[in-house]
Amino acid sequence: MSESKGSAELLIEGVGKRFGDVVALDRVSLRVAKGELLTILGPSGSGKTTLLKVVAGFETPDGGSVKVGGAEITSLPPAKRDIGMVFQNYALFPHLTVKANVAFPLEMRNVGRAEIEKRVSEALAMVELAGYEARLPRQLSGGQQQRVALARAIVFNPRLLLLDEPFGALDRKLRETMQLEVRRLQRRLGLTTIFITHDQEEALVLSDRIAVMNKGAIQQVATTTEIYEHPANDFVADFVGESNIFHGTVSAPGTVALDGGGSVKVTSDKPVGTKVGVLMRPERFGATGANLFAGEVIESVYLGTSFKLRLALEGSRELLVRQPARGTLPAAGSRATVGIEPDAIHVF
Amino acid sequence: MFSSRNGFWPALPALVLLFAFFLFPVVRMLGFSVEGGTFDWYAKALGQGLYIRVLWNTFEIALLVTLFCLLLGYPLGFLMATTTPGWATLGFIFVLLPLWTSVLVRTYAWMVLLGRNGVFNRLLVEYGITSDPIPMLHNFTGVLIGMVHVLLPYMVLPIYGAVRKVDPAIPAAAAGLGASSWRIFWRIWLPLTLNGVFAGCVLVFILSLGFYITPALLGGGRVIMIAVLIEQQVREALNWPFAAALSAVLLVATFLVYTIAQRFSQPEPAR
Repeated sequence: MSESKGSAELLIEGVGKRFGDVVALDRVSLRVAKGELLTILGPSGSGKTTLLKVVAGFETPDGGSVKVGGAEITSLPPAKRDIGMVFQNYALFPHLTVKANVAFPLEMRNVGRAEIEKRVSEALAMVELAGYEARLPRQLSGGQQQRVALARAIVFNPRLLLLDEPFGALDRKLRETMQLEVRRLQRRLGLTTIFITHDQEEALVLSDRIAVMNKGAIQQVATTTEIYEHPANDFVADFVGESNIFHGTVSAPGTVALDGGGSVKVTSDKPVGTKVGVLMRPERFGATGANLFAGEVIESVYLGTSFKLRLALEGSRELLVRQPARGTLPAAGSRATVGIEPDAIHVF
Repeated sequence: MFSSRNGFWPALPALVLLFAFFLFPVVRMLGFSVEGGTFDWYAKALGQGLYIRVLWNTFEIALLVTLFCLLLGYPLGFLMATTTPGWATLGFIFVLLPLWTSVLVRTYAWMVLLGRNGVFNRLLVEYGITSDPIPMLHNFTGVLIGMVHVLLPYMVLPIYGAVRKVDPAIPAAAAGLGASSWRIFWRIWLPLTLNGVFAGCVLVFILSLGFYITPALLGGGRVIMIAVLIEQQVREALNWPFAAALSAVLLVATFLVYTIAQRFSQPEPAR
């Protein structure tokens, strides 16, 4: 096998996959630019792992194509794809030392001894594991095993790097460190990377762009801010971040009549009569605003930097509000009024 | 030895049984072999060419049986561990059913199949593949075929267990990193299932060393393994001391094999 040509663009076009009656992938199309880190975010069963397996070659799609750097790889076996992958549970070779693990992909490519030595040292230095060459995987902590898996996946200059929920087993602090480290390494090497996660916070920290998946279909592909501020539909709005989602109809320019009664002023220019969704992020509420909501506090939590309130509105609707922790925490059972400006409301 | 007092009493019946019907007879047998305070019988067993030949024969057959069981058993155990549950169940039925059938019945079945006018030879002659029947019974070949068949499950099951224990993501990772199926087998599967291979080989080899029924029937007196020799000494020659000495030799040989295998059964990591 020849040496890898390095990072490249990934193009997925109309890829479908069924398992019996279950549609795992519903004609998915996606483009990941060279050097970009794209996160596929979705709940379990959304098809994100199947998509990754199709890209890695462990699953053959029923239709559609996968191209890397312009070349079709849809029916190529995994061994010929030059794709580095980090598995959920690392999948290190338990009987091989750290060094032998990292050297493995180079040996498979018949790289010379001296060159292997050099590149393994470089890769281990990059993940800050120099000096651990002779250890066995079981003698390492979870975070260190993770780094070995990462070194092994990048040592052969793969065309793509795939990461399948790699930090699931790590504790929160280590997870955050590893997230930043992966991001730094990915930028430095200019690696085209797909990162899979069900954790929306992780997706926001890491990504250039996020593709939100549900039920085998991509719901929206956009930058992190776009996904958060301007979600395309209910699912995205609900899955990413905390949200208040209402439905209604545009009753006049800049006004939406909500289905449960009442109306809100918005900045949207959707034509009158359009059925729309209205998203209000909890942290965008203040004490006053062009739109006021009054209700009974049914839950109030002190979270250090903020208060988290749940208000019962008329028409058995609820509103989630986060406010900076100042003054006294409104007690449950008391009445409260909050406001939000039209430009803080997203209409979709 | 018995660190837990509570553990001793429930085990007592089994211990008594072991002592009365295993340890005592073994010691008694060893006593036979040195009757009259002499090691003459051992000198005969280990000094005379004929008996050394038998001993060598036994080891050779045991080794070959182990080898063939491994060659047949590894692919089968591997397939059973990696196929769909339905096929795995079918595999288990085919592996276990013979194991639950009497060795005697299976050996007689082989006699019917392998004989001069047996099923195999008739087919071979009828279809003109050979002009004369191939001798497959009452010789080395027959013993080998019968023993491999009888002992195959002991190889398949440990290998199946070892393959099942490997996380399927590990060979998948190797493939993703550029390894061909061949290299995945040599670099990943084999080292990770070596414990199962060792366990299967030791089981089959040790069982082969002391095997009696199959070599006695399929060997027809012409292939003498040590267990057959011992039986002859007990039943026909009525030479109990010599039979005891031969048994002791078999016991020591078995124990040696087991000890050596134990040392190797925890393979050191590569490099």
